[in-house]
Amino acid sequence: MFDFIKFKYLFFFISLAYLIPGMIALGMWGLKPAIDFTGGAVLEVVFTGGKEKAGFAGGSSELKAFLFAKDIPVESVQSSGKNQYILRTKPMDDSRKNEITKIMSDQYGPITELRFETLGPTLGQETLVRAALAVVLGLLLIFIYIAYQFHDYVFGAAAIIATVHDGLVVLGSLSLLGHFFNVEVDVLFVTALLTTLSFSVHDTVVVYDRIRESVKHFPQASLETLVNKASNETLVRSLNNSLTVVFMLTALFLLGGPTIKWFSLTLLIGTITGTYSSVCTAAPLLVVWRDFIRKQLWKKKSGS
Amino acid sequence: MKSHRFVLFSILAIFLVSALIDLPPIPVKFHWGKINIDKRIGGYRLDFELFGKRIQNNLELRRGLDLQGGVHVVLNADMEKIPAGDRSTALESARRVIERRVNFYGVSEANIQTSRAGNDYRLIVELPGVTDVSQALSVIGQTAQLDFRELSISANEATSAAFRADDFSITGLTGADLTRAYASFDQSNGAPEVSLEFSPEGGRKFEEITKRNVGKPLAIFLDNVVLSSPRVDEPISGGKAVIRGQFTLDEVKALSIQLNAGALPVPVKVLEQRSIGATLGQSSVDKSIFAGAIGLFLVAVFMAFYYGRLGLLADVALLIYGLITLALYKLFGVVLTLPGVAGFILSMGMAVDANILIFERLREEIRLGRPLLAAIEMSFQRAWDSIRDANACTLIICFILFNPLNWSFLNSSGMVRGFALTLAVGVVISLFTGIVVSRNLIRLFYKGK
Repeated sequence: MFDFIKFKYLFFFISLAYLIPGMIALGMWGLKPAIDFTGGAVLEVVFTGGKEKAGFAGGSSELKAFLFAKDIPVESVQSSGKNQYILRTKPMDDSRKNEITKIMSDQYGPITELRFETLGPTLGQETLVRAALAVVLGLLLIFIYIAYQFHDYVFGAAAIIATVHDGLVVLGSLSLLGHFFNVEVDVLFVTALLTTLSFSVHDTVVVYDRIRESVKHFPQASLETLVNKASNETLVRSLNNSLTVVFMLTALFLLGGPTIKWFSLTLLIGTITGTYSSVCTAAPLLVVWRDFIRKQLWKKKSGS
Repeated sequence: MKSHRFVLFSILAIFLVSALIDLPPIPVKFHWGKINIDKRIGGYRLDFELFGKRIQNNLELRRGLDLQGGVHVVLNADMEKIPAGDRSTALESARRVIERRVNFYGVSEANIQTSRAGNDYRLIVELPGVTDVSQALSVIGQTAQLDFRELSISANEATSAAFRADDFSITGLTGADLTRAYASFDQSNGAPEVSLEFSPEGGRKFEEITKRNVGKPLAIFLDNVVLSSPRVDEPISGGKAVIRGQFTLDEVKALSIQLNAGALPVPVKVLEQRSIGATLGQSSVDKSIFAGAIGLFLVAVFMAFYYGRLGLLADVALLIYGLITLALYKLFGVVLTLPGVAGFILSMGMAVDANILIFERLREEIRLGRPLLAAIEMSFQRAWDSIRDANACTLIICFILFNPLNWSFLNSSGMVRGFALTLAVGVVISLFTGIVVSRNLIRLFYKGK
């Protein structure tokens, strides 16, 4: 049996060693918002030379690949009629737009510009704030549910701390990835973060359930022993369960193409930290918290 | 034993129905001697009558804008009456109103953006998988500006029974003073009507207006058209009123949705509308699906390798999970985007969780020396507590994110709601397949051992 409680401060240290750089990065560089949050520009063009003449049979995806090759990172290319395309890009000014249309017409023949506008974000500030509020409310309800089911508010609080820990790990990682690899935070990221939070709670509850069960069987045992026992008993299950998810995500990350690459990585980070935190944060935290309460009580008693 | 057999049959039935729904159209051509088969199987549709109600569902997987394209509508906002400083705020709140309306009508994964070109303020609305363009336009475009008007003094002198629209003057009580509108029925004749509840401020205004118009008609205007002009019999306090008219129930519902969703702060005009193509090419979709297949294969191999025959049964349960989920997506018209596909694939990776919990439990019970059959039953019972609590927590998050009661302080974005719905559906089905299906499969295959 592995003694998880013995190494609890090591685990806390590992968490902090990861969290602190992440938080510093978040404070210094923040997150790199994608066009979903910032808005950008939309340019619609028609190739008057005709597609056959222009010579791209692959349609929108070929046009997108061509623009990427020319170092023009368009967000999306949509066909909107015969030889007609809608391009979405980061915000750009007139001269940049003229540059792009020139590059396209050099390759594919004459172009008529149908419209050029500045775009607002698809996911507004308000939506984000409300989603965050929903998460906070959700965590509060989960706290109540766990505290009720396990007859102890410490269980609820420790579970929430572990979940927030995982959320912060994901946020920090994305900030670092954003700074060093130019990974942008888009709508998908919000989804990934929410999934991570629910996965984390899920995993923690499984460990807690084991503790609750052991308490029934061994009412005399110390909390340390019980937490250790539960962590060991659920370890294989936790590892196996994350392994299946990790298989999926690694496959999606390596083979899934650029659209969902970073989405998969974010989830991968979330899954790993979610598994780690249930055994190495949520469970030891119970012991530490309990000890703290006991000491406080003892102090009060000896003081009076 | 009989009930076991019944459950097994139900599972088989669910499996077959889901498989039928999932089946894409496949042409079958077959020649063998004298036997000639040339048919199309799969791609079935629902079209039948149930209790006099026609139920139609073409059981197509609705794909989002990124995979399929949809309807693209550009709206021009008329900012003439809005001070220059407030224009972008007005545009943004118009965007929110339209987003709410679109969500009310059940179009998920819509894309709504504000757009500016010089002095033109526009909204770009993209609706995936919408086929009825005119209906979409009527949802988006109607300004639904409601206000109450009283007879102006000049018209008061006219004794004509029928008043014209410009006989009325504006009272200042508008749809903005509304807190709620809902469909109800006239107590006396059962005709559908719209009930209105005003804000405290609006209620006061309404009382004042009714007080000074006793015996006179008070007209309710929607977008400058008279809806009805009931006579005020006595001053109405308490901030409640009804709109009566020659309405059908559907009209009343549509009207109250529009009133609830609020009036657009600026009048908008449709500038253009057309169909657009997908943002993602087929290749990126194929790639994700290929990656998902590889991942699923790994999960299946892992389960079979680690848990042996039990693992294979879990794989069967997983397959059924996939089929049921896909069938439900088709039935309810869940709009699938590429991230949605990724989420679906991911949920399959997570769906084996219940099985892993149970199987780990089973190993312990066997280690304790229980006979296999008893150990199996025991492990399902023991694992239930943790499965219940863990999934309850996930469902709580789904509930809050989905916001089914439309609390105004919570999220109403279609994207976040779509995520919550698919996650919740995944959890419920994985509970079914992970517990009911695999338990019965195990009972079936381990009987008599």
